[in-house]
Amino acid sequence: MSVATQGLVRLPVWRARIVLAALAAAFGVLTLRSLYLQAMKTDFLQEKGDARYSRVLEVPATRGRILDRNGEALAVSTPVKSVWAIPADVELSRTQRKKLATLLTLEPAELDRKLADASRDFVYLKRQVSPDTAQAVAALGVKGIYQHPEYRRYYPGGEVTAHVIGFIGVDGGGQEGVELAHEATLAGKAGSRRVIKDRLGGIVEDVEAIRAAQDGTDLRLSIDSKLQSLAYAALKGAVEAHRARAGGVVALDVRTGEILALVNVPSYNPNNRARLTGAQIRNRVITDLFEPGSTLKPFTIALAIETGKVTPATQIETAPGSLTLANYSIRDVHPAAALSVGQVLQKSSNVGAAKLALMLPREAMWDLFKRVGFGTQPSLGFPGAAAGRLRPFRSWHPIEQATMAYGHGISVSLVQLARAYTVFARDGELVPLSLVKTGAVASGDKVLSTEAARAVRAMLELAVQPGGTGPRARIMGWRVAGKTGTAHKQENGSYAADKYLASFVGFAPASAPRLVVAVMIDEPSAGRHYGGTVAAPVFAQVMQGALRQLGVPHDAPLEPVELPGEGDEAKENT
Amino acid sequence: MAKLNLLLLAVLVACALGLVTSQHKARKLFSELEREHNRARELDVEYGRLQLEASTWGLHSRVEKIATGALGMRPADARRVRIVGRDAGR
Repeated sequence: MSVATQGLVRLPVWRARIVLAALAAAFGVLTLRSLYLQAMKTDFLQEKGDARYSRVLEVPATRGRILDRNGEALAVSTPVKSVWAIPADVELSRTQRKKLATLLTLEPAELDRKLADASRDFVYLKRQVSPDTAQAVAALGVKGIYQHPEYRRYYPGGEVTAHVIGFIGVDGGGQEGVELAHEATLAGKAGSRRVIKDRLGGIVEDVEAIRAAQDGTDLRLSIDSKLQSLAYAALKGAVEAHRARAGGVVALDVRTGEILALVNVPSYNPNNRARLTGAQIRNRVITDLFEPGSTLKPFTIALAIETGKVTPATQIETAPGSLTLANYSIRDVHPAAALSVGQVLQKSSNVGAAKLALMLPREAMWDLFKRVGFGTQPSLGFPGAAAGRLRPFRSWHPIEQATMAYGHGISVSLVQLARAYTVFARDGELVPLSLVKTGAVASGDKVLSTEAARAVRAMLELAVQPGGTGPRARIMGWRVAGKTGTAHKQENGSYAADKYLASFVGFAPASAPRLVVAVMIDEPSAGRHYGGTVAAPVFAQVMQGALRQLGVPHDAPLEPVELPGEGDEAKENT
Repeated sequence: MAKLNLLLLAVLVACALGLVTSQHKARKLFSELEREHNRARELDVEYGRLQLEASTWGLHSRVEKIATGALGMRPADARRVRIVGRDAGR
């Protein structure tokens, strides 16, 4: 209609301007706001956004396995669950309570006690339960009871390998033995990664690996688990039969310096460490020091031969079977008028060894002891490896030099002693030890002349023949060389009359030595205490089994060895 | 001009759809990868458990007990051992 057209009024221009200005202002506000959000608060907002869908996941590292030299598992981690609860949230019916207690092998009363304190909001009901049990617990569907994954370490070797392997604490760090020594390589590093998750919790996208997880590396030890159990069985039998306090055996490969077996008694089960005592945990072979007694005589004799003071045939006057130096007298069990140097070792004469020592400059003796590794911590990388005590030669009196010749006034660990004997087995070379498989022939340090080492080796072979102190160390099919030791134990600064430490160190086959085995038995108290009767049979058992196991060619006819009757063999008192 | 715009629009839509599909495929493949990773982990765990089991069953003391007890075996007597030389068979 025309009226309408005519009614068109031209509005004032300012109204349009106002609207435009208002719109522009609103737009400006929006721009400022967006600038503020984008530029000033962007981090906060980004974070809030990420929190809706992005998650950081911990990627745990698995602890490396420990294997023996043939790849048999000695320590393996497997995942387990820990069951925990928020006590205030837990509602248990009677039957559920009973079931839960049986599943977790807890007394119902103990379960109640754990759940009693409602003020706490985290209580472990049981750590490290098997996956099956964990599943059964989850199936009960009790409110307020949760689980989280953990690793548990199993030691299939049990008490046989306990001292070598050690164990880890409940929080996963190595606490003893190889587990502690090689913590850095075994443990690995836990990593983490950022992912995007969907509504259902499934991972849809990997955003970034913040830190890649590094699993621990497997560790291959030099230990041969067959020899290890053989040595353990032999040692355990002897310690029980002689009612001894403790004992240790170590077996070394002469060529590579690898430790093939290392056992201690008493032992413990590393899979169940309730009620452990320090005496059980201690790796005596490596950490305990003792006065070695006669097993040290070969070193003095070797030095006397090397310096040319004597030959194996030189006669040493040992009458009347005792030697008095500064109010202290050194005695022999079998007094003889004169003995050759070879017989001094064979009969283990203290007087003879003392007289030989007094022919030598004290510095030279100290130097040899130092060179074969006494008084120095063996570089095994094993926690608590003892260095032993070798006093500076300037403070030695003649009597001390004399007693040191037969192993008193000096202290060593069994592993040091075994290593020192590689000098005789390797024509004068001292071999570096290893607890990790190397598989390669180790190059040793020359510390003794080849001639002297061979001469002493021949004498050591005589020492295990009838008439020597250690005929029970002989085995069928291989020639053996070795030395017995029977040392009085020190107690409160003086020697106890009835407490002994019996030992035997030797190697075989004598024609081309492959293994050194050292045996130590602490306080045998079932009547016999000589190294030749207590420790030598253990040596024979271990050596025979080991040589057969390793397939070492025979160097002696296969005839049964005739063992001496009671009291037939030579005895010693150091 | 309008024709070109239409063409570009069509290309844009196609690209957008392509992006969506490939994103979807990527996520599917990723979840598959994740599953396989988990499986690998589980198998590793299983391997560890089996190794453990093998060690436990093969324990030297257990083998010896069964050999001497159930099977009545014993170490060979010296008189019954014959050493065969390295080149005896040739």
